[in-house]
Formats: sequence, structure tokens, C-alpha cells
Amino acid sequence: MMEAIAAWLIEPLQYGFLVKALWVSAFVGLVCAVLSCYITLKGWSLMGDAVSHAVVPGVVVAYALGLPFAVGAFLFGFGATVAIGYVKAKTRLKEDAVIGVVFTGFFAFGIVLSTKIPSNIDLFHILFGNVLGISQQDIVQTLIAGITTLVIILVRRRDLLLFCFDPNHAKAIGLNVQMMYYTLLLVLALTIVTALQTAGIILVVAMLVTPGATAYLLSDRFDHMLMISVAVSLLSCVFGTYMSYHLDVSTGGSIVVLMTVLFVLAMVFAPKYGMVVQRRRQPSDLLE
Amino acid sequence: MTTQSLGITVDHLSVAYSNARLALYNVNCIVQPGSITALVGPNGGGKSTLFKSIMGFLKPGQGRVHISGYSPQMAQKRQLMAYVPQADEVDWDFPVSVYDVVMMGRYGYMNLLRIPSATDKRLVMESLERVGLSEFCRRQIGELSGGQKKRAFLARALAQQGKVILLDEPFTGVDIKTEKRMIDLLMQLRDEGHTILVSTHDLPSIATFCDRVVLINQTVLASGSTEDTLTEENLVMTFGGLPAASLSQQRAA
Repeated sequence: MMEAIAAWLIEPLQYGFLVKALWVSAFVGLVCAVLSCYITLKGWSLMGDAVSHAVVPGVVVAYALGLPFAVGAFLFGFGATVAIGYVKAKTRLKEDAVIGVVFTGFFAFGIVLSTKIPSNIDLFHILFGNVLGISQQDIVQTLIAGITTLVIILVRRRDLLLFCFDPNHAKAIGLNVQMMYYTLLLVLALTIVTALQTAGIILVVAMLVTPGATAYLLSDRFDHMLMISVAVSLLSCVFGTYMSYHLDVSTGGSIVVLMTVLFVLAMVFAPKYGMVVQRRRQPSDLLE
Repeated sequence: MTTQSLGITVDHLSVAYSNARLALYNVNCIVQPGSITALVGPNGGGKSTLFKSIMGFLKPGQGRVHISGYSPQMAQKRQLMAYVPQADEVDWDFPVSVYDVVMMGRYGYMNLLRIPSATDKRLVMESLERVGLSEFCRRQIGELSGGQKKRAFLARALAQQGKVILLDEPFTGVDIKTEKRMIDLLMQLRDEGHTILVSTHDLPSIATFCDRVVLINQTVLASGSTEDTLTEENLVMTFGGLPAASLSQQRAA
């Protein structure tokens, strides 16, 4: 039994492409997990979905012009968030309607471009990721975007948390809330660029929300939440990549399926907020 | 600087909603330094709009607000104003402890990394002590009782050391004992020279601790000492013709 497990884990490591896919997806998992705590607490999962779709025209244009894909993706992703902010300020629409209109517009424009501009990009790879076939150049871009994200979050982590918790207080004490807003959008766009090759556009939002959401069910302290989120994400990314190799299924899909399984386990069995405990809890348990 | 310019002065302030309806029209009032002033008016009468204008969250269409002689933006930068939010403005499930929340009162004094100094830590502990929450400082904020939650945010205002403290409906959902305790604390703070503005629905308690009252419904209808201002006639005018007796019934309901 132990030998079988060891073989399951070790045997694929003889392939360079798989070793590469494993550590790249673990790195992407780390970056996404950290950001997902903020996205969950801020309630920005729809914004994450929007940015991820809005990068498509950027990727197409970047390939057409011979630029790194990350540059185009970042510009269009961040541009979409600015457009969302602008439309919201200028109209009486609610934010979710504005997000819905803007991101689908960007996404559709990207699809039109990709079918018109002759290039060797595979739309399927943009949509669903392709970490098993990731090129050296794409790894470099992933690393740059990911490390930049981690550094920005590390330096601004307290302000970002304050921004998620109580932006009015931040304003009242003279902090630049506008800047916090754009900082969080900036790291969101960078994280999506980081995760593009691994999870693909459709599934990246899961990596941006699910680890943080799972951790939120398991903890009342932000630093614990962060650690749990990273653990959930790393576990899913590493084993998801193994699963995709052994079962010959989509890597992004496997990672997100594992994440979702862990989320459901937390939802049911979490020690304080799980369904089992909530059901069994008697009013008398809450007496102090 | 004259003493008149200390405290809060609101000068010909008008604010419009985005749908072009007026929220506030030509509001003039003075919150005297070192006083407790109650801001009283019906829901939708512009109380929170006035609060937001004083805090600098809203740009006035016309007119000006000064806090100790400074614009709201300058007052924010100088840590002059502390804001205690309404309970329903706070996400009580947020994974922060009472200590974390009070420490947020110190962020304006810290460098960009927001690493607390020994002074920051000492002031946080002192503020917690003062509101009687020291033993609860490690609790997640949602695990506090209604009154403790209010006191936690008051402690944040204390840690911020703002000269001017604005409290938005501080007594909703608070029992009599906690209300009494908070009132005592507010009176102590006033005696130490803080300027306190409280928006409240709790008419009976106003006379027990507020020095001055501003009655507002779109514009200031009356203001002055509590004794002179909080009259039945003025209340009827402010709350749109409802007799005061039915008002107290409404509150009880």
C-alpha cells in the first residue's frame, strides 16, 4: 500500500515537464491563496471573475504584437477594473450590473479578436490553462507577476485588511483609500496573470475565492485564515497536478475539483461553523 | 484662531443626492469645543449626510465645514476626528480581534508598513482598559455583546486620540446599564476637553448628558443649549408635526 502511494508520487517525477508543472502550480496556488483571503473578506469574487475574463483581448493583442502575454493581460485586466469604476461613478447602476456588462464586453471582444487575428495561440489553452505544456518564457512571466503580487501584499497587508474591514475609518484617519482600492485591484490583476497558465480564465476565479472561503469557515483570526488558505491551495494544486497526470484529465479542472472537495469538507465538519456542529449545538452549549 | 473656530463649524452647507434631491440645505451650526452636542432629527432628515460631510466623506455642493479651524481633509490627516460607526455598518464576522480593531485607531500615526511602536501598544491597552475591555482583547469582535461592541469602537476612537469624536446612534441595541456607562465615559471625555457629537434617537437620555442640541430636518431648525432647544414645540417642528407623545410611543414600539 505504502509502496503504491510512493510510486504514485515518485514515478511521475522522472518527467521534467511534470516536475515543472508541479512547482509552478504550487507557486500559483500560494499567490492565489494569499490574495483569496482578501477577496473573500472584501466580497470581490465577482470582480475576480470579471478581471479574469477581461484579460482575453489583452492576451490576443500581446501575441499579435509579439509582446509578453502577461503585459497585455495585465493592461486589459486592470483596465477593465478602471472601466468598471468609471461606469459605476457615472451611472445609477448597481455594481454587479456594471461588472456584468463590462467584463462580458471585454471577453466578447477578445473572442472576436482571437478568431480574426491570425496567431498560433490556442483559445482553449487561454480558457482552460495548460500548465503541463508551460514554456520557459511563460514560467518567467508567471514568476515575475507572482512575486510582485506577494511583495505588494506583504508590504501593504495591514492597510489592505483595514480597507476590507472598515474603509470609512481609513478615510477618517486620513489614509488614501483610493490608493488602497487600486492596490487591491492591481494585485488582483497581477494574480490573475500569474494563474492564467495554470488554471485558465474560466477556473481562475475558483483559485481566487475557494481557499480563502474554506479558511474563513475554519478560523476567526486573519493570520490563521491565511495559513489555512495557503495549505488548502498548495494541497489542491500539487495533488491536482498529480491527478491530472495519472488520470489524464485537465489540470486546472483537477485542482479546482480538489479545492471544492476541501471546501465542502470544511462546510460540513468545521469545528465551529460546520453544519454538523451547528446542528448538534444546543442553546445551553453557548452559556458561558 | 478664535475659540469660535475650534470645535466644529458648519457654514451654509448644502448637499445634493445623486438623484438631484437636496439632502441638506443651507445648514449652519456650531459644535462648541469641549461640549457634548446631540444631533437630533427624523430618519432621512440628513443626520448621516451631515455626519459624512463633517467627516469629509462627502463633498459639499455649497458651503464649508471646519474642524478646529481645519478642512475635513486636513483634520483627517491631523488625526483630529474619530468616528464611532453604527453597529450595522460593521462586519462582525470579520476575522479581527478587539485588539486589532483598537490598533487600527493608531494606523494614522504609523509609517507605511503600519508596524506598531511601544507607544501605539501602550495606548491601545490603555484605551481598552478605559472602556473595560482589557480581558476581552483577544476575542474576535463578533463574540462580544452589543454593549461591548460599542465600547470596542469607542476604544478605537480613544486610541486615535482625536479631539473631536462623532458617534452615530451609539445607544441602539444597548441595555440601560451599558448606556449609563458609556454616558459616564463620554462626560469624562468632555471634561478632558474632547468635543463630542452624538446622533441619537434616544430623546429622554439627551437631557441627562448633552450640553447642546442641534435639531435637523433638511436644515437646522433649532440649536442651542439643551434646556432651551429640546422643547416640545421644536420637536414637533423637527419631526414634521407629530406630537411628541406619539413620538415616544413610536420609539417604544
